Amino acid sequence: MNAKELKKYFPILDQEVNGHPLVYLDSAATSQKPVQVIEAINSYYRTSNANVHRGVHTLGNRATDLYEGARDKVRRFINSGSTKEIIFLRGTTTALNLVAESYGRANVGEGDEIVITYMEHHSNIIPWQQLAKYTGATLKYIPMQEDGTISLEDVRATVTSNTKIVSVMMVSNVLGTINPIADIAKIAHENGAVMVVDAAQAAPHIQIDVQKLDCDFLAFSGHKMCGPTGIGVLYGKEQLLNNMEPIEFGGEMIDFVGLYESTWKELPWKFEGGTPIIAGAIGLGAAIDFLNEIGIDAIEQHEHILASYALDKLSEIPDLTIFGPKSGQDRAGVVTFNLGDVHPHDVATVLDAEGIAVRAGHHCAQPLMKWCEVSSTARASFYLYNTEEDIDRLAASLLKTKEYFSDVF
Amino acid sequence: MSFNNLDQLYRQVIMDHYKNPRNKGSIEDGSVTVDMNNPTCGDRIHLTINVEDGLVTDAKFDGEGCSISMSSASMMTQAIKGKKIDEAVRLANVFSDMMLGKDYPEDLDLGDIEALQGVAKFPARIKCATLSWKAMEKGLQQEK
Repeated sequence: MNAKELKKYFPILDQEVNGHPLVYLDSAATSQKPVQVIEAINSYYRTSNANVHRGVHTLGNRATDLYEGARDKVRRFINSGSTKEIIFLRGTTTALNLVAESYGRANVGEGDEIVITYMEHHSNIIPWQQLAKYTGATLKYIPMQEDGTISLEDVRATVTSNTKIVSVMMVSNVLGTINPIADIAKIAHENGAVMVVDAAQAAPHIQIDVQKLDCDFLAFSGHKMCGPTGIGVLYGKEQLLNNMEPIEFGGEMIDFVGLYESTWKELPWKFEGGTPIIAGAIGLGAAIDFLNEIGIDAIEQHEHILASYALDKLSEIPDLTIFGPKSGQDRAGVVTFNLGDVHPHDVATVLDAEGIAVRAGHHCAQPLMKWCEVSSTARASFYLYNTEEDIDRLAASLLKTKEYFSDVF
Repeated sequence: MSFNNLDQLYRQVIMDHYKNPRNKGSIEDGSVTVDMNNPTCGDRIHLTINVEDGLVTDAKFDGEGCSISMSSASMMTQAIKGKKIDEAVRLANVFSDMMLGKDYPEDLDLGDIEALQGVAKFPARIKCATLSWKAMEKGLQQEK
């Protein structure tokens, strides 16, 4: 994989920010988009825009083919057995909320348990908090190891026969930790619980095979994997989805409408109320084509190399603390750090003045921040278009930042 | 070491307030207590103010945040001490205008606060600077 060559497909990266060539290190928040994706959306609106599943006319059929074609690309991308299992939604948050509201309210009751971990993103915490409040169930947290990983012993100790749902992120957006989802799913199933996976940070970077993972639900967003914003996917096992009620009612999702009763379309459309996110799905399909051409395995390997390189480079900087797994092989392309006493916001502002975009804050993971005993951190995250030179720029600017603040203090 | 326009943001006075915050702590049995946070970044402030006969007699803050939010809180507590409630609230409005790059009355002596003018040029940091002022305004409105 040649990141320097791939960078050329991303027009946004070819610009100066504050007088310096842009170094974009915030792909865990959202990735940039290649021309292939921008063009697919552009071309859809220019040549094929129509509403889907209703028109007798040619454009309607064309739009439907493109939309359903994108669904099949997603199906193959995560190796699901059927497009009935692929629901297009707004993003990971919407997908997890659908599982909590529909499956959760029907299957979780008082005295039952919902199990998550300390490292979850808010979108995989709050739907379960709300579900626990609504049903009287207990929300339990699997503890974390010192190095920001999860041990299966802790999973076994937390999940019990009262557990109805286990929901865990596949890759941490803060620590880069890659969690052993297949093993956790096995423990969940042994206890009669369903396994939900937040794959928002996994889908862009590592191979997902829902059959190998044997997860029951899996959610991810298009915009973190070179696709547009506003499109996401919920995968669910067909038999579970069949027994679930929709939570959004209206056009597109109905079969027969009477005055007082209605029936729903079959899967997956019963969960896609209203005019669907047609251009978004087509854009996501184009993103998947783009990623497949490079190869997800190559992307994963590239990120391990960048993570290792960044860990080496950043650990040379005095007073810099790095959070999460020590080896780049054990993490996705995310490195979260703090620079001595300099507050992460101040670090991010100085880096921005150098044309380097990083994230500063709590990364939508306040319980994890508490666990790390910090209120916020700075985060550099990498993707297929980042190079070792980008990390050199980051390291050099961090040294300058340190010097700058030792001057002004 | 210089980062071209960064010196406009990180002025000496600001860094001094950040390193040596004035009025840090909490007033026991203060007449006003406000807790506020900035949910997007995790900055938080715990502000206590004492008001007697419509006059701010004391103000202290506690919290966590970046140099801009903490120095701004330090300057704010310094500025409102001895002021009438109306004057303090007016100051909060003036500060808000300053952050938006708007003109504000020149006759007003802002003292150290003027050093925060440069923040207006860094849109991402305006919320850091205004956190404590919003807390103060909220607290004093209740006292009115």
